[in-house]
Amino acid sequence: MPVHVRFTPQLRRFLEAPPAEVEGATPREALEQVFDQNPRLRAYLLDEQGVLRKHVALFVGGELARGADALDRPLEPGQDLDVMQALSGG
Amino acid sequence: MSVAPTLLVGTRKGLFTLQNQGEGSWTPTRHDFVGDPVTQLLTDARDGARYAALNLGHFGPKLHRLAPGADAWEEVSCPAFPEGEEASVQELWALESGGADQPGRLWAGTIPGGLFRSDDHGQSWELVRSLWDHPGRAKWFGGGADEPAIHSICVHPQRSTEIVVGVSCGGAWLTRDDGASWEQIAHGMRADFLPEEQQFEPDSQDPHLIVRCPAQPDRLWTQHHCGIFRKDGDAAWEEITTAPVSAFGFAVAVHPQDPDRAWFVPAVKDQCRVPVDAKVVVQRTNDGGQSFEVQSDGLPQSHAYDLVFRHALAIDASGDRLAFGSTTGGLWLTQNGGDRWEQQALRLPPVYVVKWSS
Repeated sequence: MPVHVRFTPQLRRFLEAPPAEVEGATPREALEQVFDQNPRLRAYLLDEQGVLRKHVALFVGGELARGADALDRPLEPGQDLDVMQALSGG
Repeated sequence: MSVAPTLLVGTRKGLFTLQNQGEGSWTPTRHDFVGDPVTQLLTDARDGARYAALNLGHFGPKLHRLAPGADAWEEVSCPAFPEGEEASVQELWALESGGADQPGRLWAGTIPGGLFRSDDHGQSWELVRSLWDHPGRAKWFGGGADEPAIHSICVHPQRSTEIVVGVSCGGAWLTRDDGASWEQIAHGMRADFLPEEQQFEPDSQDPHLIVRCPAQPDRLWTQHHCGIFRKDGDAAWEEITTAPVSAFGFAVAVHPQDPDRAWFVPAVKDQCRVPVDAKVVVQRTNDGGQSFEVQSDGLPQSHAYDLVFRHALAIDASGDRLAFGSTTGGLWLTQNGGDRWEQQALRLPPVYVVKWSS
């Protein structure tokens, strides 16, 4: 299933993360496709155990995806991903 | 030929590189990683490479390297726990180079308390399993951070396979075989935050920082959560109770040639982490802790609430030049062992780490 993935422009301070169109049945599968092309990006979004970093916000089909299984819930047709940064820090 | 000294100051908002402009004035000549927290710094004396550990608020811990002669920092691999461990690196808190006979060897300590080793200048890292899997680690608990963490890595200058690691809270650990095996060496430390019968339990100690005298590496000093301690060789730690202002603080520096000379920056106590009487002072002993002098010349003596974190006091190879930075962005330097301090005309972000470089 084709999935459009867009990334917060805040990442440009550290590395390139252009929008991507990939295949994936879950957000994790889609992101893995992106990481195959852009390996450095992985550690910016996930920790080494594959958990979405606490202050990275994942939107699935325009809705903020919450919960420990947010990356692994099946995508519905037409749902795209926006990987944003949470509002935090100072 | 002498190399112009350089001071590296890691702050909540980036890395400042300062150089001497004369008459005690040090001015930033570079500001790298603007806006990002810099949690640890290392200049590898073996090749001149610099390393900066970042903790990006959103995007996790990162490690960057400035190659010798290069002008631009390059991101290198950050220590990471193996897949399947119930841990992920939250912050890189300690970073040291290996011995002269171990080119490329770096050591890193993290929050939570992992010790990592690189043998390729930080291009890749390996968790030191022998310490992570040690049964004693089960007794560690959070101190300076929510998770137990490694803040001190003291490599023996002549025997590079002999290393002491400091853990908050988890005591002090010694390897004599390059990390193959470990023993707890916090005996003699005292933790008054524990029930009375457990106060000398080695695995529960909270050394805030452990330093080793380069010229006499059997001498260790620690600024502990509950006091000041020193250790000689295989003897137990000895508590030093003569500090006149306070025995509480985070930072300690030892003279590179004189093991009896050490500096501490005191605060009131753990429940009140501000300078005593709102005066910033440094306590220096010249006699192994039998006595201390209180240094205040050039330091703020009223309405000062600067706390000095454990990695924010640094001494250079001469032993005369020291610098420290504070949580409120103050930065002070001395050229004469602290007899006179110079406050720098800067308003820095909160200072996490100060290191001399060349």
